Amino acid sequence: MALNITGRKLFVKALKEEGVDTIFAYPGGMITDIVDELYKTEGIRVVLGRHEQALVHEAEGYARATGKTAVVLVTSGPGATNTITGIADAYYDSIPMVIFTGQVPLHLIGNDAFQEVDIVGMTRSITKFGVTVRNREDMGKLIKMGFQVASTGKPGPVLIDIPKDIQVTSGSPEYPDHVDIRGYHPNENVHIGQLKKAYRLLKNAKRPLILAGGGVRIAGAQKNLLEFATKMNIPVTTTIMGKGVMPEDSPLYIGNCGMHGRFAANKAVTECDVLFSIGTRFNDRITGELDEFAPKAQIVHVDIASASISRNVVVDVPVTADAKIALERLCEYAEAMDTKKWLCELKAWEKEHPLTMPKSKVGVCPQTICEGINEVFPKANIVTDVGQHQMWATQFIKLNEGQEFITSGGLGTMGFGFPAAIGASIGNPKKDVVLVTGDGGFQMNMQEMATAMTIGVSVVICLFNNSTLGMVRQMQQLFYGKRYEITDLSAEDGSYYPDFLKWAEGYQCKAIRVTDADGVVPALKEAKKNKGITLIDFIVSPDDLVLPMVKSGTPLGDMILK
Amino acid sequence: MKNRWIALYVENQVGVLAKVSGLFSAKSYNLQTLTVGTTEQEDVSRMTISVKADDVTFEQIKKQLNAMVEVIKVIDLTTIPIHMKEILYATVHGLDSVGKTEAFQIAEVFDRGGSVKICDIGGDTVLFECTLTENKNNELIALLKSRFKKVQIVRGGAVAVEAISRSNR
Repeated sequence: MALNITGRKLFVKALKEEGVDTIFAYPGGMITDIVDELYKTEGIRVVLGRHEQALVHEAEGYARATGKTAVVLVTSGPGATNTITGIADAYYDSIPMVIFTGQVPLHLIGNDAFQEVDIVGMTRSITKFGVTVRNREDMGKLIKMGFQVASTGKPGPVLIDIPKDIQVTSGSPEYPDHVDIRGYHPNENVHIGQLKKAYRLLKNAKRPLILAGGGVRIAGAQKNLLEFATKMNIPVTTTIMGKGVMPEDSPLYIGNCGMHGRFAANKAVTECDVLFSIGTRFNDRITGELDEFAPKAQIVHVDIASASISRNVVVDVPVTADAKIALERLCEYAEAMDTKKWLCELKAWEKEHPLTMPKSKVGVCPQTICEGINEVFPKANIVTDVGQHQMWATQFIKLNEGQEFITSGGLGTMGFGFPAAIGASIGNPKKDVVLVTGDGGFQMNMQEMATAMTIGVSVVICLFNNSTLGMVRQMQQLFYGKRYEITDLSAEDGSYYPDFLKWAEGYQCKAIRVTDADGVVPALKEAKKNKGITLIDFIVSPDDLVLPMVKSGTPLGDMILK
Repeated sequence: MKNRWIALYVENQVGVLAKVSGLFSAKSYNLQTLTVGTTEQEDVSRMTISVKADDVTFEQIKKQLNAMVEVIKVIDLTTIPIHMKEILYATVHGLDSVGKTEAFQIAEVFDRGGSVKICDIGGDTVLFECTLTENKNNELIALLKSRFKKVQIVRGGAVAVEAISRSNR
């Protein structure tokens, strides 16, 4: 029988057996034993962030760029609570992740000990599974469970809380290959009868439409989607999380729909007679007013989580299935449909209101920046923060095959972008990473510049600097009589802090300011040459709007166009 | 909105009750009662949950519960024959001898083979102990409140089990 080992040794053993080569960590008193064990370990890269929230976003960027399960290690108390926003973000975007938190020793749990919090309780509604290891003998089983649950079915974050004494207690060295979980049976098959019903519905449609979400990417079903849509001549629209699952140059792709979707795409959702939705949970940003969503359509919903089906939109044909498996089966019997007339209608709508921005009165037009990114970085992974720039990126950045679009779709977390870009670069260092961010969101996690410079990742930061919290200001402009309360980030005399160029200098990082359209491409080219971090401070007008826009809670067809 | 019943087999672990009840509060589902206890397997608990919900919401509740890693099995008891009982203690205060007699008569009428009894008595107080159905307990409470001035009620949630004989309900 093998000799007993400490919990901290089993932790490292588990990571190795899971094939983990990188973890995102921040130390603290209740995790120092594991940190010390990592010091003695070869083959696992430990990335030190500067804030635990950012650390989780870095892990998210890593997971989104690689498809691997990301691992986060933080201490108890504030270390653990700082991760909560990141965990929620990962939960809403279905990111596979295992978060390990240190915890006070077992005998102190519940005593309000120094740096003690009930992190499992706090994160119960934003994790797939969470547990405090209360017995050293259960540790291997629980860690295995964590990895299994995080990465299968609808992926998501799992939190494993390890008390300090468990880390140093000796016990079984066994780390299981697989754990049978009585209550967890992720769906792996598809109900063929339901799928055929869905197919028949589509086949008889006059105005069929596919709505593809992030689930298609998670399932790795991009090619299957293209094959299916092409075989049947059905147009495809995407959600924000689904951006990139359909090649943008396909004649069947009509762009994103939703709150800031294209006119033609939103019209298509409103006018279609069968909506085949796959890998989306019908977030309210996609549906607008629920009662008016796809009012003329019978709706098919394919999703791996049956709990996502008919939650927001009541559907006619539910299909619980992995997107790839469902599309593979559908492709087996898909036949061409005559959708010429419908496609012509869509083209006419696109012609009626093409997606384009008016020339900006001040600074650089956001569309011009996005087009510059398309020109200079046609193969880069694109990461965004949250705000107007995120919507402009979804509208104007064209994705080619192999490009990931990494964005905070479900939670809409400002501060997500920069750390996620760092994580994406760590996960895929050979690929250029372009971050599209705003001055508001960037300032929420800009301390991570130290992380980026220290570990030497390569990210081009395209900072859309309009000195405001643009998305809320846009709502104030359109719906609140231009009462710009607390959205102007400048001082009363117009001074702006920080001066991003001088700030970047403090980190010894290259920084360029661009104030007109002519400077866009040269700056991006210079950034491409520079291996490391380049910050491009694009001066953008605060009055530039993201349009079309569907006001929250109104029908998708009611778009503000000017 | 109708009353619905669910039986839930869950892992008998710290935090599982909080996770199940947390689902109801987080999603704004109208949880009526929830009882929990262990089963013949020590590591498995069974919950009986009653909710008031429409058809669509009730389907969602079942799906959301099913999606929980700690939930082993969800059984919809709404449409199948079941046996169901709820424990109830009712203390009636301020009784004279006529009132006490009436209290005993009520207990006798509601009794179904030992399911209602006066289990304790004081100078002007009697204590009812009941294991009736939730509806029958409601009737008893209504009657006690209509007949007596000071009634103190302690209710446990219901516990339900699938009937062996199909005709039982």
